Amino acid sequence: MRYSFFSLARNALAGHSLWPPAWRPAKPKTGYDVIIIGGGGHGLGAAYYLAKRHGIKNIAVLERGWIGGGNTARNTTIVRSNYFLTPNSNFYEHSLRLWEGLTEELNFNLMFSQRGVVNLCHSQAEIESFVRRYNSNRQNGVDGELLNRDAVRRMIPALDMSEDHRFPVLGAVIQRRGGTARHDAVAWGYARAADALGVDIIQNCEVTGIRTQAGAITGVETTQGDISAEKVGIAVAGHTSQLAAMAGVTLPIETHLLQAMVSEPVKPFLNSVVSSGTHHVYVSQTDKGELVIGGGLDGYNSYSRRGMYSRIEDITAAAAELFPRIRSLRLMRKWSGAVDMTMDGSPIIAKLPIDGLYLDGGWCYGGFKATPAAAWCLAHTIANDAPHDLNRAFSLERFRTGHLLNERGQGNRPGLH
Amino acid sequence: MRRPTKEDVGALIDPHTTLDFTFDGKQMTGFQGDTVASALLANGIDLVARSFKYHRPRGIVSAASEEPSALMTVRIDGLEEPNTRATQALLQDGMAVQSQNRWPSLEVDVFGVLNSASAFLPSGFYYKTFMAPSRAWPFYEWVIRHIAGLGKVPAEPPTGRYERTFAHCDVLVAGGGAAGLVAALSAGRAGARVIIAEEQSHLGLGLLPETGTIDGMKPWDWVGKVVAELTSMPNVRVLRATTVVGLYDHNMVTLAERLPALNTAEAQPRQRLWKLRPREIVLAIGSIERPVLFENNDRPGVMLASAIEAYADRFNVLAGRRAVVATSHDGGSLTALRLKKHGIDIAAVVDSRNAISADVAAALKAQDIRCVTGADVVAATGRRHVNGVRVRLRSGDVDMDIDCDLVALAGGWSPNVHLFAHTRASLGYDADLGAFVPGEAPLHVHSAGACHGVFGLADAIRDGLTAGHNAIAACGLTPADVVMPDITGGHEFQPRPPVGLPQGLNQNRVFVDLQNDVTVADIHLATRENYGAVEHLKRYTTLGMGTDQGKLGNLNGLAVLADIRGVEVGDLGTTTYRPPYTPITFASVIGGDKGEQNHPTRRNAAHRLHAEANAHWVNAGLWKRPQFYPQAGESDLEAVNREVLSVRACAGIVDVSTLGKIDVQGPDAIELLERVYMNGFRTLPVGKGRYGVMLRDDGMIFDDGVTMRIGETHFIMSTTTGQIQQVVEHLTRMLATECRNLDVFVTNVTESWFSCALAGPDARRVLKGVTEGIDLSPTALPFMGCAEGVVAGLPARLFRISFSGELSYEINVPSDCGTALWKRLLAHGADLGLKVYGVESMGVMRVEKGYFVVGREADGRVTPDDLGLGRMASKKKSYIGSAALNLPALKEPGRRQLVGLVPVAPGIKVPRGATIVEKGVHEGGAPPIGHVTSQVFSPCLGHGVALALVAGGRARMGEHLTAASPLEGGDVVVEVVDPVFIDPKGERLNE
Amino acid sequence: MVIKCPFCGPRADVEFVYGGAAGLTCPPDDAGDTAMTDYLYRRENPIGPHRELWVHRHGCGIWIEVERNTLNHVITRTGPVGETR
Repeated sequence: MRYSFFSLARNALAGHSLWPPAWRPAKPKTGYDVIIIGGGGHGLGAAYYLAKRHGIKNIAVLERGWIGGGNTARNTTIVRSNYFLTPNSNFYEHSLRLWEGLTEELNFNLMFSQRGVVNLCHSQAEIESFVRRYNSNRQNGVDGELLNRDAVRRMIPALDMSEDHRFPVLGAVIQRRGGTARHDAVAWGYARAADALGVDIIQNCEVTGIRTQAGAITGVETTQGDISAEKVGIAVAGHTSQLAAMAGVTLPIETHLLQAMVSEPVKPFLNSVVSSGTHHVYVSQTDKGELVIGGGLDGYNSYSRRGMYSRIEDITAAAAELFPRIRSLRLMRKWSGAVDMTMDGSPIIAKLPIDGLYLDGGWCYGGFKATPAAAWCLAHTIANDAPHDLNRAFSLERFRTGHLLNERGQGNRPGLH
Repeated sequence: MRRPTKEDVGALIDPHTTLDFTFDGKQMTGFQGDTVASALLANGIDLVARSFKYHRPRGIVSAASEEPSALMTVRIDGLEEPNTRATQALLQDGMAVQSQNRWPSLEVDVFGVLNSASAFLPSGFYYKTFMAPSRAWPFYEWVIRHIAGLGKVPAEPPTGRYERTFAHCDVLVAGGGAAGLVAALSAGRAGARVIIAEEQSHLGLGLLPETGTIDGMKPWDWVGKVVAELTSMPNVRVLRATTVVGLYDHNMVTLAERLPALNTAEAQPRQRLWKLRPREIVLAIGSIERPVLFENNDRPGVMLASAIEAYADRFNVLAGRRAVVATSHDGGSLTALRLKKHGIDIAAVVDSRNAISADVAAALKAQDIRCVTGADVVAATGRRHVNGVRVRLRSGDVDMDIDCDLVALAGGWSPNVHLFAHTRASLGYDADLGAFVPGEAPLHVHSAGACHGVFGLADAIRDGLTAGHNAIAACGLTPADVVMPDITGGHEFQPRPPVGLPQGLNQNRVFVDLQNDVTVADIHLATRENYGAVEHLKRYTTLGMGTDQGKLGNLNGLAVLADIRGVEVGDLGTTTYRPPYTPITFASVIGGDKGEQNHPTRRNAAHRLHAEANAHWVNAGLWKRPQFYPQAGESDLEAVNREVLSVRACAGIVDVSTLGKIDVQGPDAIELLERVYMNGFRTLPVGKGRYGVMLRDDGMIFDDGVTMRIGETHFIMSTTTGQIQQVVEHLTRMLATECRNLDVFVTNVTESWFSCALAGPDARRVLKGVTEGIDLSPTALPFMGCAEGVVAGLPARLFRISFSGELSYEINVPSDCGTALWKRLLAHGADLGLKVYGVESMGVMRVEKGYFVVGREADGRVTPDDLGLGRMASKKKSYIGSAALNLPALKEPGRRQLVGLVPVAPGIKVPRGATIVEKGVHEGGAPPIGHVTSQVFSPCLGHGVALALVAGGRARMGEHLTAASPLEGGDVVVEVVDPVFIDPKGERLNE
Repeated sequence: MVIKCPFCGPRADVEFVYGGAAGLTCPPDDAGDTAMTDYLYRRENPIGPHRELWVHRHGCGIWIEVERNTLNHVITRTGPVGETR
């Protein structure tokens, strides 16, 4: 059933008893052309694009728990494409363009709102560094502007603009086309659209082994039985190393903890996404009214999803440096996600050294905004057994040849990316 | 309303002290000890809020932190807090309480129209609409955002102090009910350091309704005795109005203490956040009463039975005159009996079971209380307030209407497993209780009493004693002699929720989550659409995502879901319980960490002198450094130009104390340096320094600086300001791992020294007059030489190094001699034309000389060869990064390489942060081939100069490219030149 | 977390800075690109016990080796580098 105001109204009159499932509950068949492991935004999106763009019909998405329950559920929903390195900005710009049409394409309101992503600058050196990055973006066809103090003050009235601030705001850059989206909806929207194209979405189906023969994939072992497949794609943020290890591949990835929190809901306070490198914090406000606040990694390998409390103190203090008025608000909920940090801070969307096995992983902090393009590129790579130009640089081989995409220049220290 | 005070005085209030407050501007009074909620009820206020989504009228539901509805903005004494729970806010004189999320007023809320339109606004309606035309979404969203949200962010940050406190204890007891009290008592008597924290303002409030005796005392008197003993013990700290909000790794626990907002004692903070690492934790946080579901169960006047009783017991307030009790276990009837004693007329007890215990039935009969069994309340009637209920027999659909102004919900008791779940230990499901209980306890955590699934006074006390004993034993202490008290009377009962929902309800009006307006129909809809996993349900319907964390709604929601899906609640599992248990203010989390306390300012020894010289400051990490010293009427650029020209023409001094200085000593010191620097140091003679470049193990430049050999086995290494810690730890890590056999000590001595660079053609002349014991002649102290002696009467180390390209000496004196050195040098040099200069001017000179800096040119992605330092790298040794330099990508000719750029047109600057493209390429026309890393106006050359990293740049000398700045406008055609703009042969610095 | 520094005793996690997996040794220069890039980039990244380096930055400043479970953060051993095995 197509979603629209009219279908909503029609169903309202029928007591909402006629809505079909957004996606069918499915049980695994004995085999598929393509199996995607991981029912997050990336995996579901890849299945959708495989069916939609590449004409592959016999596809399953296997999800260990409930779809959209991994990092799709735990991010801070920011979308932007203002990366410095050309392969990154090209990829994320492609993603942003897909975002711009995705609600319509999926007929599911992803509440994608281009409220602008602002990077505050607290020193002349920081302005210069952002100008450098944004000039490069502009040259690559990515939008971006420099804001002076007055423009920042007008745009973000809640910001502490006092000149005697310990680190006064001297200016900012903004990507107006950046913004936020409703994270859960991305998984559901792709699931519904993929399901409509015949993709089996199988929940509570944990992959326990990857079967290969003579260096080629033959299928997977799961908690719901063995399933054969000609091609298998892995998109399991937070467990990428484990899945790759099932196929005997050791990846250039460390898994770290990233925490975030929301305040109690309040009336509109902040319209754009505001980020400060000096304070290591970013803040936005959801449509429901909660302030979403995030910061840096905990900084050590972990799968616990139980972050250290001191990081919450750091992030909170940093947010209040920017917005002193939020001190009387309350912290409602905090959570942590396990993020797969690659050794250069950029992702991997590539064939693995086993025929028919493909990886989409190592997203560091960037996985949510990448969702459409990552899914799009993974689908392309699986369908063609070769990367698209957009993800050619995101190979695994780069960690052999040295063609790293070191966006932050921090080297093989994942905790610093 | 408040009962006459003569007979029964509420346990918590002082009826002799009245407090004035306002609610939505109306003057009201309450008593000392009231909460805002009890005071509002006492004043007969039932409508206190509007719901989040449909703006339905809402009243007070509970008496504690599970309150979903009564959220208000509270103002007092310069403090304004939105979304405050009326049930937790202590009433104070002069308090202004305001309702939220309604317009223009609580009574007349135009958004109440959303309630009529609710059929069009089921769960997730926003995913299905607002999609066309796509341009309109920002408008729709603007409307949604303005309708959503609860309170408003106050216009000013809160005044007053918020405190963060550490404390230590052996045993933390969370919860001061019966189980917690005896656990604390036994731990305290055993000599353990104990902290007991109770969320309410008084301990043991749950025992107020108890009718039996403990050790022959009324339970409330027993509480008084135990609390008195606990308070008297020096090893026990009793915290009231303090909620244990989070359990973290390794037994870290956070507690939020609410102090009266209006503090008469000035030393008192407004709120205090405790951080503890107890050895053992006893969780005794009780249980939460479960609401019963029926149509319009959200009407003001529908309350938890225990809350109605609490308001009577604690505050002497009756929430209504005539109540219907909706229940599914004997506890409901027992509450009814006690409410009747308080003076509330009981219209009926409606019990969903077919039969109730005979003694309870007899007691009801004796009190002439009507009891309808095998029946459910199916609806509340009344628009703004309950005026009756409709009751339906389970055996058939005979409905009866009963008039009442209060509905008491007694749908069982759910163990409060929230804190236990913070440990990530698993929960079990108790089918009898219809609720989750703690599973296997993790180390150091002991649950006791109702939160452990143990109900009944005697059992809870026994469980508390056991938990206390276990905690003490785990601390290695001998359990004290605390015997089980003698308990008589009282009614024991097994709480349990109703089985299933009655048939025929209008599910659109049965509210499971009151705060977020989630109805039974919403759960049906979610399930129908395949959002039937518990987390999907939560996210699709927003069930449990409110500020009450679903404390009242979640279990009922799960029960409805289980019913629909035909499974057991236990098989569904729960959503993740996340800290904090109840929301806490950011201010209390932050404590004093703001401004200077968050980012202290680091000032070096001569800070005051720089300030006196009118330094314009720049932040360098936490340091304040003089950027330049503007004179009257000068622009920033003029000041910098003047300083640069003065240094190049005569001499200047700049404070470089923040540069890292690492003392490297030991027989194997040279081996360490050989390993970490890419160039050789073995041949460096004593008394000389050498510029060195360090790489990361991936072959990229990590840091650079001059290392001086001041003794055979003694070196002073300098580092970039921002990298001191990283370099020190790089070295110590080497010594702990692959170089562990080396005998070397590495010490960060940065802060022990004050350093300034004296630079310029006249530097030697200036220095000569104040130096003793050092031969300054070029042969005795050549470039890269070092010497020790006396400068300006102070013990000094003299390094002849240069960052400006001029003849230059870095003078190092102990940091407490810094001011003296600076003053004396300037006093002495004034006649010779010596001037001060700042880091900005220093930066201009280093760009003119083509020196790279870490963080700009060396941005973590460049190899030595990229910066033209390829030949400096030793071919004779293995060093950190040497192997990686062989990777194919690091040897490609197309890598971005350091070049100089000068504008082709005269007298202009290269735009800052410009991107480099081929000449004639416009914005978006082709990807960048490089970027400007540093650019300055060179006052010596009279035009801008820049350093840039350009793909294959060294092979493009003399070519014209475009330095484009789409961001700031102005493309500049530049010529690619050698990056050294001044004195390429280095004659000046070697002078 | 509380990390027991072998030199200072148990201290709060905020005093320490993480240094990645322990026991990685830089191969000799002639070991080839594969050995080098394995050392630089490939990580076991286990769920469960993990031997790792931490430096007691706001304490003694010494690097230590810690065996910590990455799933529940339980620390089973700490000691000077190379001595926890």
